[in-house]
Amino acid sequence: MATVFIPPQMRDLTGGADRVAAAGATLREVLRALEAVHPGLAARVALGEGIAPGLAVSIDGAITARGLLAPVQPESEIHILPAIGGG
Amino acid sequence: MATKTSPDKKKTGKAADTTNGEPQAFKVIGTRPIRHDGVDKVTGRAIYGADVQMAGLVHGRILRSPHAHARIKAIDMSAAEKMPGVVAVVTGKDMPDLRDKMADLGEGTVNLAHLGANCLAHGKVLYKGQAVAAVAATSPHIAEEALKKIKVEYEPLPAVTWVLDAMKDDAPLLHDNVFTSEMGKLGKQPSNIAVHLHFEKGDVEKGFAEADVTIEREYKTASVHQGYIEPHVSTALWNHDCHLTIWTSTQGAFTARQQTAELLQIAISQVTVVPCEIGGGFGGKISVYLEPVAAILSRKCGRPVKMIMNRNEVFEGTGPTPGSFVRVKLGAKKDGRLVAGEAWLAYDAGAFPGGMIGPGCMCVFSCYDLPNARVDGYDVVLNKPKTAAYRAPGATQAAFACESVIDELAEKLGIDPIELRLKNAAREGTRRVDGPTYPRVGLVETLEAARNSDHWRSKLTGKNRGRGIACGYWFNIGLKSSAAANVNPDGTVTLVEGSTDIGGTRTSVAMQLAETLGIAAEDVHPQVGDTDSVGYTDVTGGSRVTFATGLAAYEVGLDIRRQMAARAAMLWECKPEEVTFADGVFRRGDKSTSFKELAGKMHQTGGAVVGRATVDPEGPSHGFGAHIADVEVDPDTGKVTVLRYTALQDAGRAIHPSYVEGQMQGGSVQGIGWALNEEYFYDDSGRMRNASYLDYRMPTAFDLPMIDTIIVEVPNPAHPYGVRGVGETPIVAPPAALAAAIYRAAGVRLRELPMAPHRVWTAKKMTNDEC
Amino acid sequence: MVKKTHVSTTINGETAEFLCEPRQSLLEILRDTLELTGSKEGCNNGNCGACTVLMDGLPVNSCLVLAVEAEGATITTIEGIAEQAHLHPLQQCFLENAALQCGICTPGFIVAAKALLDRNPKPTEHDIRFELAGNLCRCTGYDKIVRAVQDAAAALEGKH
Ligand code: FES
Ligand code: FES
Repeated sequence: MATVFIPPQMRDLTGGADRVAAAGATLREVLRALEAVHPGLAARVALGEGIAPGLAVSIDGAITARGLLAPVQPESEIHILPAIGGG
Repeated sequence: MATKTSPDKKKTGKAADTTNGEPQAFKVIGTRPIRHDGVDKVTGRAIYGADVQMAGLVHGRILRSPHAHARIKAIDMSAAEKMPGVVAVVTGKDMPDLRDKMADLGEGTVNLAHLGANCLAHGKVLYKGQAVAAVAATSPHIAEEALKKIKVEYEPLPAVTWVLDAMKDDAPLLHDNVFTSEMGKLGKQPSNIAVHLHFEKGDVEKGFAEADVTIEREYKTASVHQGYIEPHVSTALWNHDCHLTIWTSTQGAFTARQQTAELLQIAISQVTVVPCEIGGGFGGKISVYLEPVAAILSRKCGRPVKMIMNRNEVFEGTGPTPGSFVRVKLGAKKDGRLVAGEAWLAYDAGAFPGGMIGPGCMCVFSCYDLPNARVDGYDVVLNKPKTAAYRAPGATQAAFACESVIDELAEKLGIDPIELRLKNAAREGTRRVDGPTYPRVGLVETLEAARNSDHWRSKLTGKNRGRGIACGYWFNIGLKSSAAANVNPDGTVTLVEGSTDIGGTRTSVAMQLAETLGIAAEDVHPQVGDTDSVGYTDVTGGSRVTFATGLAAYEVGLDIRRQMAARAAMLWECKPEEVTFADGVFRRGDKSTSFKELAGKMHQTGGAVVGRATVDPEGPSHGFGAHIADVEVDPDTGKVTVLRYTALQDAGRAIHPSYVEGQMQGGSVQGIGWALNEEYFYDDSGRMRNASYLDYRMPTAFDLPMIDTIIVEVPNPAHPYGVRGVGETPIVAPPAALAAAIYRAAGVRLRELPMAPHRVWTAKKMTNDEC
Repeated sequence: MVKKTHVSTTINGETAEFLCEPRQSLLEILRDTLELTGSKEGCNNGNCGACTVLMDGLPVNSCLVLAVEAEGATITTIEGIAEQAHLHPLQQCFLENAALQCGICTPGFIVAAKALLDRNPKPTEHDIRFELAGNLCRCTGYDKIVRAVQDAAAALEGKH
């Protein structure tokens, strides 16, 4: 199962848990699995097919470019981060 | 692994070494060919945005708000419209009403109503210099005169220009539809605080309780401008078939196209953006300012409209970087091991939300392995121009604070500042405060190269002199790039890519294609395509072009190699898989043919060979740097002179070392300017009082020494040639490095940027008075 | 509108005549009327040097010169620096030293550096930095520009 790290500002939705395990081959599946246990989380992370405005998702250290279609490995570490751009 | 590179221009390739498991002996990478667009740029032939000429061209000018905050009660344009020579006048009412529409621009999401109001105000002005109306006329002088005839009735409102003031409960509220977002959870009351971020790792209280030494300090930085020498410029033609073509100076033609289409609510396919040569950007030429305005003027008058900002407008109407307040607290054991950190950052976003607080929070402790840490950050709107990205946006302010505290810790613990950093340096596996762990990164190697450098080992003698060191970090992003290449019968290749070239990237991208094909850099002819002639490509920014568009060029090379191998197989009557390729030569058994020879037979083996690739590599590729500065402080005036400066950086792999050095030198000098004298100087009514180059005073050649560079190469495992981005990291370290040097020269710790003579002098005087 | 004035000059070795309004700068005429767009506008008020041209051998900010003042003057712009088919050593040295990134400041630097080398063929680093302080570059940090001028001075010395 992948490990999703929950940022402090979303822990109100996970009963304070800072990381939760979830199964799924894509980010969409992982979020769906999470949503079943922690309702409201998916809506905060995703919007439509993409990541919610202002946020980014890092899977194993790489900021995913594929939104919810991003592949997830069984041992993946998933982080929800603020979006970054650059100059 | 570190090479001191400055004066050596020899065209020699890198020695064979091992990148990412593959033995690699480079022929092209690591050499210094003359850039492909060079001759046009030294002869004045290159066509920049302002050089666009066409029949029937008229000139647009913008009327800007004289108030920092005001309601627009009425605009009377009738006198201007009647002036001979005036062909169109527009206001915000001529743009669609976009309410709270959002658009994903690849590099981030923007609120279109905000973006639109930043191009032409709707109902309210939020900073002095905000665009209110625009005129097109047969000459720029007539347009300028017409502006004076537009009557705008304002109701001035109280303004706020300092971030901590804007956060107060009784501060003037800029927007009644901005609510504090905490990772997507919105506050209930409208607020100037657009974003609050919070990261936490470990047990911070326990960490500080274990510390032998704790230091907590507060830092302030002023707004500074990107300062590109070419002002914003756009020419738009809304043709009679309703197709809109825009020739513009932009870091990203595709994002300019998308922003313009979204703002005008027209189809993307209705817009072609032609990126002209661009005279600098540094993050400030990603948002559109003039493009939609020139477009609606052109729609109104049926002629091409050219708009050029003057320098004053660039300062007052386009993106500076956030002014900031940052508090950093670090705790360490006696042996120098960091045990806890805490940071509180407030960055101003300017008049609209969407500042640089995210990366600020993620970068503040990015150089260190902190077991316990907490970061809080605030993105705050106030009555200054909407901020724009500026080279490692948000990182410099944070590093000034963190690196300065590290320097104080080193002093208090009696540990050499490089040793203290090495003891705590982020490395592979270090978990960042925001969560992810680092892959293979080069901070340790960079610090070791600093410790071994001539500069660090040399003695600095003389009165009022001091040396400082600081680290810097930037993510370096990935994103989308496309490229295509045609093989010519003479064995050369034309390459079309979508990244506008601001600092020689045509060449660094072309070199990667040349390397992949085993041909000379000069045998690739790179061009930057417009939005109709190349696949989608994200902005030239985030230190991504040599990395991501370079990767696209590599993939194009592989595609061409595959196709050419099939041609060779046809000639040799074998299977394509049996053909191998190395060093520019295709082989099978005892048969061989060079890339050039085979290209000559292209037409008898099936016609043109066109390679193409589109990539979307996932960043970040993590760039670390360390800067060493020697300064002398004039005891009578407080003026700081930089005597010697060395920038070190892990480039992963330097494709064209001269342009890597150039990025390091240019970024260092922007950082030096930020540190020592640049600032937006505001009066009490929220007016910027120094909106000219003369008064803003960026560094000149006379203010500086040579900037030495040491390129460290710890190859990026996520790129076939090991490239990491290099453009942004070099601006991050200078303020803290200079503050540390000033402390050793003058005995005072400066905690506010710029460290201008009056501040240094006053700080010195205060310490002397205390004694 | 005021009547236009007839001005006759020599630009890059050729006679150039134009009509201009009294308020138009030499830079504006060069760029918009004569289509010599190599001289750049960075500030239009004498602060950046991107518009530098030689007027009777001396470097001037063409944005601060009124076009009418150019009557009878001999002007060299960036377009007139190369010698027929050959780049000027300054141009060649700027290329070899990678002394340009975005390149917008480059025409101004090359023209100003030519004025410097014409007057002072063996400038020290200090001389170069002092003489070019009126030309702003935001990309390079000046290091490679200074080296390019040093190399050009050496190359020109070898030529003479
Ligand atoms: S444009 Fe003339 S000095 Fe800047
Ligand atoms: S090369 Fe860009 S301003 Fe000098």
